[in-house]
Amino acid sequence: MNYELVGISVLWLFLFGYIIVASIDFGAGFFSLHAKLFNQSHQINHLIQRYLNPVWEVTNVFFVFFFVGIVGFFPDTAYYYGTVLLIPGSIALILLSIRGAFYAFENYGQDSKLSWLMLYAVSGLLIPASLSTALTISEGGFIKETATGKIDLNWTALLLNPYGWAVVFLALVSVLYISSGFLTFYAHRAHDHNAYELMRKWFLMWGPPMMFISLFVFLSLRVQNEAHFNSAVWDYGWLFILSFIAFIAAGILTYMKKAHGIAFIFVIIQIGTAFFGYGLSKLPYILYPYIQIKDAVTSDGMAVVLIIAFIGGLLLLCPSLFFIFKLFVFDKDYVRGKK
Amino acid sequence: MDAVDISRFLTGMTLAVHIIFATIGVGMPLFFAIAEFIGIKKKSAQYIALAQRWAKGYTITVAVGVVTGTVIGLQLSLLWPTFMRIGGHVIALPLFMETFAFFFEAIFLSIYLYTWNRFKNQWIHFLMSIPVIIGGTFSALFITSVNSFMNTPAGMEFKGGRMVNVDPIEAMFNASFFVRSFHVVTTALMTMAFILASIAAFKLLKNKVVKDRAYHQAALKMTMIAGLIFSLLSMLAGDLSAKFLHQVQPEKLAAYEWHFDTASRADLVLFGVLDESTQEVKGALHIPGALSFLSDSSFDTEVKGLNDFPKDELPPLIVHYFFDLMVFFGIFCFVVSFAYVVMLWIKKRNPQHQFLLYTILLTGPAAMLAIEFGWFLTELGRQPWIIRGFLKVQDAVTDANGLVFVTILFAILYFVLLFSATYVLLKMFKNKTAHEHIEHLNRNRGEA
Repeated sequence: MNYELVGISVLWLFLFGYIIVASIDFGAGFFSLHAKLFNQSHQINHLIQRYLNPVWEVTNVFFVFFFVGIVGFFPDTAYYYGTVLLIPGSIALILLSIRGAFYAFENYGQDSKLSWLMLYAVSGLLIPASLSTALTISEGGFIKETATGKIDLNWTALLLNPYGWAVVFLALVSVLYISSGFLTFYAHRAHDHNAYELMRKWFLMWGPPMMFISLFVFLSLRVQNEAHFNSAVWDYGWLFILSFIAFIAAGILTYMKKAHGIAFIFVIIQIGTAFFGYGLSKLPYILYPYIQIKDAVTSDGMAVVLIIAFIGGLLLLCPSLFFIFKLFVFDKDYVRGKK
Repeated sequence: MDAVDISRFLTGMTLAVHIIFATIGVGMPLFFAIAEFIGIKKKSAQYIALAQRWAKGYTITVAVGVVTGTVIGLQLSLLWPTFMRIGGHVIALPLFMETFAFFFEAIFLSIYLYTWNRFKNQWIHFLMSIPVIIGGTFSALFITSVNSFMNTPAGMEFKGGRMVNVDPIEAMFNASFFVRSFHVVTTALMTMAFILASIAAFKLLKNKVVKDRAYHQAALKMTMIAGLIFSLLSMLAGDLSAKFLHQVQPEKLAAYEWHFDTASRADLVLFGVLDESTQEVKGALHIPGALSFLSDSSFDTEVKGLNDFPKDELPPLIVHYFFDLMVFFGIFCFVVSFAYVVMLWIKKRNPQHQFLLYTILLTGPAAMLAIEFGWFLTELGRQPWIIRGFLKVQDAVTDANGLVFVTILFAILYFVLLFSATYVLLKMFKNKTAHEHIEHLNRNRGEA
């Protein structure tokens, strides 16, 4: 069996899971702050809290799962990414810590402060930006090697790179797009008319710029890593076309105020097809040109055990995740604030 | 300072902060579960309030535990990339399983915290605490397995600077895994018991809200009895650890005890100051033969001394102080809880005696300090190795620039986190006293 392919698929799936749930969370911070500053807090905050209080911790675990998994399956990634991401990674970690902790302080501590909300909201937008650095670096060209074989991040190349910035903006806008998509659905379910109108407006507003930036990411990828670009267009172009169709479908449904659950499923399909299209066209590289999936993989024995552990873990997690969603997302009375 | 020192300092700082919250994280669920169990069984709103208030405070410590845990998880790769490249795939299984356990705990903790009134049958809510306890304990076991591998590597061969022929199960259940896990779990429960007892003692001493006395007395009784049980188990675990070290990591035990020359009837050295150049110990209390006895239950056992190990593989001798402090604080907690239980047992005595309450007040911080010292001594005791016998710390550190910068950032972060977490926790219970909480529960039950 092709362990490395199983491994990377599992990890990619978890990263995708993280992107969806974390985006909802990160975007929610921005919307809360915006509402607070424009005196609309009463409209959306209780809605956001009702969803986020029970699930924020679970969101975090998706991320931990991804980085623990990638080091286990592909030990070389620890060396290269670990070294070059020292500063961007540490900054992302600090932002994640501030965000997680102050979210808890603000919501469980019942001692609300505007400054804490600011920390929570602003860090939520900076985290996707700093995490997206890892994706940019993976395209190659940002690692410098010294004569003695040591490696470090080439900051000038990174900061002056149009592709890098395009990815940062795409990460930011997608966060707001995904988050407002979910909250539109959640507000509609909660029969919370004000929040629903507000979220629907945000969702429709962020869609077009996101598409525009995506196109720019494509174009700049051509400059950054032509092989990757060609593979994306010629081998997996159909996935991106599917993604675009799903985008249109989600937009139309939301615009017509119909079937918000299905509209959000279209959002997931849209992001999913684009994300897997990006990942597939990138293969066989995990970090161009240093790490390919085949030469970085862990020993066979460990790969088998990891996959077994993974299946066992899923058998435990899926029912639990289903249970928590049943209680806090699909339970109409809870969502409407009656429980 | 060079890269190795800064990276060690930063890793040490992160772990020193994380271990506070991790210990609470492992220990706490059992306590609110017990309180809820008694509450449902006795139909007592007082114990339900206890469980709810403990669980409420727990949300804050868990949040800080989660974020600092995420930090250390990634810092391993950021600061020690070579270590993770060489050893990362060997410890992948326990690391991976730790995430699962943590996932499981996180899901059910959320459910537990937000469903106090959602289930008609109270026992169903109580059952939600079981996966939280299991998840927390197992994540402690798995992460201890990772650390044990670094002390007693197993299940692989080292060839050409790489670890090959990995046997994941053997690596996970390496020699020191069981004895260390046992020590970690029992001391976490012990520490939690004493922290909660400290809070109760503090409230009883302050006696600001007279109506709350019964509530705090109940909490004190429950946590002190648990404290006695878990401190006994911790001492057993400590004894097993010493015997284990004697067998497998003798240089660590010798460094703990400043035992320089191999000898039978070796003394146990308590406290004292060392002159490293002459190997002379001043002002110490020597217990003849006790080290031999501790190592192998016989006074005649020969204990290997530091002079018989290669000089460049010796741990720093400062660990002795940490060892003394850990043992001292641990025994202090045991003595106090023992005295309390005796007072409780002899009906005429008053277990809420002022002096006793003051000593109980000290047990929480003492137990937490013992945890910190214990981890300092075991981690420093592994020096100069990062994976004992295979990889030294100086060969595992990152080449990247910017270490000082990120160290300062993290130091600020931890300061802010500790400060605000304390502030929030202190403020949390100000608005609603325990008896109001209990009355509230009783009222709601009347309506239902």
